[in-house]
Amino acid sequence: MIPLSWYVLFSAALFCIGLYGALARRNALAILMAIELMLNAVNINLVAFWRYITPDIIVGQAFALVVFAVAASEAAVGLALIISIYRRRHTVAAEEIDMLKW
Amino acid sequence: MSIETLIWLTPLPPVLAFFIIVLWAHRNNRLSHGIAIGAMLLSWASAMFVFWRAVNTHDLGHHPFTSSINWLPTGETALKLGVLIDPLSALTLFFVAWTCLMIFIYSVGYHNFGKKRDSEDRKGLPPHAGGIEPMYARFFAFISLFAFGMLTLVVSDNLLLLFIGWEIMGLCSYLLIGFWYGKPSARDAMIKAFITTRIGDVFMLLGLAYLYSFTGTLSYREILYNEQTLELLASTKSLIPVFSTGGLIGLMLFIGTVGKSAQFPLHVWLPDAMEGPTPVSAMIHAATMVSAGVYLVVRFFPLITVGWHEGGHLTPTMLTIAAIGAFTALFAATIAVAQNDIKRVLAYSTISQLGYMVAAVGIGAFVAAAFHLITHAFFKALLFLGSGSVIHGMEHGVHDTHEYVDPQDMLNMGGLRKKMPVTFATFLIGGLALSGFPLVTAGFWSKDEILADAFAHHHYIVFGTLALAALLTAFYTMRQITLTFLGEPRTKAAEHAHESVRSMTLPLVILSVFAIAAGWMGIPEEFPLIGGLIPNWFHEFIGGTLLEHPKTIAFNAIPLLTSVGVALGGLLVGWAVYRSLKSGAADPLRKPLGPVYALLENKYYFDELYQVAFVKPAYWFAETFTYRWIDRGVIDGFLHLVGRTSLRLGAFLRSYIDVPIVNGAGDLVGEGTKRIGRALRVIQTGRVQEYLIIGVVFVGIVLSYFLVFKP
Repeated sequence: MIPLSWYVLFSAALFCIGLYGALARRNALAILMAIELMLNAVNINLVAFWRYITPDIIVGQAFALVVFAVAASEAAVGLALIISIYRRRHTVAAEEIDMLKW
Repeated sequence: MSIETLIWLTPLPPVLAFFIIVLWAHRNNRLSHGIAIGAMLLSWASAMFVFWRAVNTHDLGHHPFTSSINWLPTGETALKLGVLIDPLSALTLFFVAWTCLMIFIYSVGYHNFGKKRDSEDRKGLPPHAGGIEPMYARFFAFISLFAFGMLTLVVSDNLLLLFIGWEIMGLCSYLLIGFWYGKPSARDAMIKAFITTRIGDVFMLLGLAYLYSFTGTLSYREILYNEQTLELLASTKSLIPVFSTGGLIGLMLFIGTVGKSAQFPLHVWLPDAMEGPTPVSAMIHAATMVSAGVYLVVRFFPLITVGWHEGGHLTPTMLTIAAIGAFTALFAATIAVAQNDIKRVLAYSTISQLGYMVAAVGIGAFVAAAFHLITHAFFKALLFLGSGSVIHGMEHGVHDTHEYVDPQDMLNMGGLRKKMPVTFATFLIGGLALSGFPLVTAGFWSKDEILADAFAHHHYIVFGTLALAALLTAFYTMRQITLTFLGEPRTKAAEHAHESVRSMTLPLVILSVFAIAAGWMGIPEEFPLIGGLIPNWFHEFIGGTLLEHPKTIAFNAIPLLTSVGVALGGLLVGWAVYRSLKSGAADPLRKPLGPVYALLENKYYFDELYQVAFVKPAYWFAETFTYRWIDRGVIDGFLHLVGRTSLRLGAFLRSYIDVPIVNGAGDLVGEGTKRIGRALRVIQTGRVQEYLIIGVVFVGIVLSYFLVFKP
């Protein structure tokens, strides 16, 4: 059986990729996708720890399902926002959307 | 309508007339004088009816017409207001109503009613060319109010209502003396009259308060006809040991009389009051208002004479009154000798005659004082109105000839008997009455009675003084008549003078009837030849006013011969000295009398003396002491000190507490917040990824903290 640490390392790597994408990408869509990556990294962690540490309690799996739902709705709302911004400002570059400042 | 109601109503028509004229009728001259005279006629008719009823009432003294209402409740008791007609007030009402009515009618002519208004005449100045008086209606309003005051005073049954009437008259006197307010002399005279009489009034009010606090009432009948009260007033000592309480109250009331009736030393206002129109001089300053002062002492005769019995020693109060009266009589008569203004002579003669009455009260001659009061009112009103007629005629002369001479100066007159026959005849009657021309005139009987009374009760000093004053009176009266009417005209203006209009001469004629006939009612029964032909009705009637009927005086030839002698002697000397005075010549007495004449001409320098003794100090007190020292120095100084101290304290607090500490703290909060905000705002870029980096960094720091320290 594959040891737990492998899963944890994999999930950490996936999270770091997502984090990097969210911080470094200019395209708002790409940032949204990077956020999905980070959520999935969390899901892997949740499921792995459930399987290896508390297989009797179903909480880990249930929590992963909640995260799916959140991720899906977040993607829907995020995409809608991005489309709306694009319609007004004709751009999806994150650093150009800076109206919420002093 | 009962007689009491009628008495209540008697004073009212003139006051209604006053308000109607002032509020509505003043634009129409005919309507104004119609209302005033009509109202006075009503009052006159009601006064005559009351008088007639009073005369026909048996023993009026003990059963007077009286009626009163509670006016002002004061705790347990109430100040009462009421009317009273006893013999004294009935007689006073009689002469007041007659003289007032005559003067009202006379005023119509005097103020040139019927003439056109001269366009050059200004309000507040006498009309200078015979046009109608510019403030015609106002004059009638004022004299109506005056008549109300006098009638109220007469019908009053208590001292308070008398005082109210008294003050209304004081106000009217002030307004009417200053009627021609455009003249500075009139303005000065009105203030002088008001302030001088006020001095007397203050004492009178004190006396009133004293009387009220002592007896608890101000009603005449409750004080003057109550033997117990009088006994109490006589027996208790007052604050000043010489006087009994009654005596001191009497003296205080008498000081009111001194002011109102212009007795020495408050006599100075009356001659100056001649600045007013002549009807005013006649009405207020001869016939009625100044008589009110004497009426007061005559009315309060029982109070003034408490502790005195007929024929006994005079009380200190009576002595004071007699001394002031006799002195004033002589003193004013001497001044009148050297006056050239026709009205001023009469003014001083008024003072002198009032002195007679006061002296008569002082020696206890109640009947004589009241008698002289009445006869004097008639003949002095007559003389004043006559002098007004003369002045009027002279003003016409001055206007016709364009020769500027003083129309009131007797040295500019002469020969007016031919020009103004009616005025001459009536003035002669008045003048003879004033001098006490024997047998025919009213003045003789009343004056003789005073002299006889003084002689009979052995007051020889008073007798001598009054006899001397009577001599001077006859002298200056004849001087006046001679200078004005006899001889030849001394100026062109006098040549062109002419008789006054009917409305002025008619009152003169009526008053001259009284100036003769008023004396007949008081001829002593023991008088040789004619005594007893007419009963001495006056003595009988007025005597009823007192509790004890006063005794008649036994006949004595000495005072009679004295009074006949001084009257005829004075008249003769006056005629002899002045009958051939040439135009432009000085008074023939000027040379022989020398400095004495100057002294008399300048009224013993009393005006100057008062100027130095009272007016100047008053000005100094107001200007230097009160204004400069107290007001500017002390009060302003203190205020400035407080102001400056507060200013300094404020400046200190501001610069050391408010600005650095309070403001500093406030500013620090605001400024600090602003600085922090400015410093922090650089991180709020609006870029999502930068926020995310900050978040990551922060989370990294927190995580590494927990990882390193493992709490």
